[in-house]
Amino acid sequence: MKYLHLVIAALTRRKARTAFTLVSIIAAFLLFGLLNAVRVAFSGGSDTLAGNERLVVASRFSIMTGLPQSLQARIAAIPGVKAVGHQNWFGGVYQDPKNFVLSFAVDENYLDTNPDIVLTPEQRKAFAETRDGALVGKALAERYGWKVGQKVPLISQIFPRKDGDMTWPFTIVGIYDVTPDAPNGADQMFFLHWKYFDEGNQYGQHEVGWYVVQLSDPADADRVAQAIDALSANSDHETKTQTANAFNASFAKQLGNIGLIVTAIVGAVFFTLILLTGNTMAQAVRERIPELAVLKTIGFSNRSVLGLVLAEAVLMLLVGGILGMLLATAVVPALGKGSGGMIQLPQLGIRDWIEGLVLMILIGVVVGVLPALRGMRLRIVDALAGR
Amino acid sequence: MAVLVEIRDVSKVYERGRQKVEVLHHVNLDIAEGDFLALMGPSGSGKTTLLNLIGGLDSPTDGSITIGGERIDRLGEGALAKWRAANVGFIFQFYNLLPMLSAQKNVELPLLLTHLSGAQRRQNAAIALQLVGLADRASHKPTELSGGQQQRVAIARAIVSDPRFLVCDEPTGDLDRQSAEEVLGLLQMLNREHGKTIIMVTHDPRAAEHARQTLHLDKGTLVEEQQGLAVGH
Repeated sequence: MKYLHLVIAALTRRKARTAFTLVSIIAAFLLFGLLNAVRVAFSGGSDTLAGNERLVVASRFSIMTGLPQSLQARIAAIPGVKAVGHQNWFGGVYQDPKNFVLSFAVDENYLDTNPDIVLTPEQRKAFAETRDGALVGKALAERYGWKVGQKVPLISQIFPRKDGDMTWPFTIVGIYDVTPDAPNGADQMFFLHWKYFDEGNQYGQHEVGWYVVQLSDPADADRVAQAIDALSANSDHETKTQTANAFNASFAKQLGNIGLIVTAIVGAVFFTLILLTGNTMAQAVRERIPELAVLKTIGFSNRSVLGLVLAEAVLMLLVGGILGMLLATAVVPALGKGSGGMIQLPQLGIRDWIEGLVLMILIGVVVGVLPALRGMRLRIVDALAGR
Repeated sequence: MAVLVEIRDVSKVYERGRQKVEVLHHVNLDIAEGDFLALMGPSGSGKTTLLNLIGGLDSPTDGSITIGGERIDRLGEGALAKWRAANVGFIFQFYNLLPMLSAQKNVELPLLLTHLSGAQRRQNAAIALQLVGLADRASHKPTELSGGQQQRVAIARAIVSDPRFLVCDEPTGDLDRQSAEEVLGLLQMLNREHGKTIIMVTHDPRAAEHARQTLHLDKGTLVEEQQGLAVGH
């Protein structure tokens, strides 16, 4: 620690150059943080079903392929199933395509399968009794200033009504709250009646998008999942039962191998960072050769000089990297809010921070090692003579 | 006076590509403890090379250098660095202060290699700066000081760890007459009042006058002895 002021002095010798280098490090680790969150969000977590009290049953072939409504009663009959609801993707926007609304057509049972939703019995009753009724999350209602009783038109980007009109009128019958541990964006959803949707759209085929199953005992998850998939085995609508996280991830996987894409981008960013920072460090040490020679003259060992230059590179990476990841921590929830719940990125976890810190130190050593070796190996008499 | 520096049959050969250049040729020299020796000679005569060898910055091609009873020509790089930190104070023509550090922090540099606490380092550096008359400039960066003041900071840095001797390479070469006189007066004071052994390379006969004796080098050989205390062979 007694050498820290020497390291800081070296870094502040050319303030503008250090600032520009720091900005590039911050940008690189901001990207690392965000892309890591994207990768985690799209990875869908563990394949293990045990311990999950909610399962999602979707078509084995594609999420876009519907399942017969008749399956609901058969799933409900399986021992260990507490409730079965279903959802269809509605894909609505409000007034303008940029005002995307996370909207789903659901049956009444769905509300029993979603423990995150907090609703009064009166609102639930109103939803059950109103054909064009809609339940909207508190945050979504605040965003557009919606009130209970208000008529709200949503434009579906996929489903036209029977008359060809893409605009669907709804009456808001309830504004729900969510539990404190609900995921980000849970309070930004719009639920409409599946019957209203199924009977009103041109493609209505009495199909549901996917089923959501609430279990009596999470320990039964594996057994119940196997039993559900067995119901449709060898049919034209084979199912795949998975956790809610894994189901969400399979949505994203339609875009491609997110993990590979993220790794490629992060790799390219860090490769560029190594070239840029390595060049800066080399230049900084080249300018300071006489100063390093003075340190060696007064008795600093080769190892001390090596350590000083390496510490300089690692410190610069740590400062920039930590700032970048803190920025990512702040940006992740903002992205969730700004996207109206469409982008649900997990907050950076301890594993992301450990990975980030290891990368910072590793890149610091990589970019610092050659200049440090140069400083270590310099011949004092040559360096002092400017040779 | 006891002999501090014993140089025996020292030669130094540099290789420049395929060419070998002998810069010092079988030099023999004793320097007494407490001496103030000026080394003079034309450019290329080998005086800075001899100074570097005495200061442990370079190693001889042949011969032996014994300082305070220790054969420094046999020391490895790491041991030599430790030896320099404990025994030698360096003063250069262009001061060679670290520009981002204050005068105080520059003076503290050699003390970082000791086991002194931060408070002790600050205290010792303050005393050294006081000795060179720059206590009031402790917080100034080198660029905020005149050439003479910078050289005095460099002297404070050289003496702060109380080395056995000082090596000075053209310490007044970049200074005006008045500043040079101040610096030379300071070196004289360190020699006379604090008993520091000083070995100084200079081109300037007026600077050499401040030394107790002067030796001349020419083409790598000691050619003349003045005032008789140092012994050149």
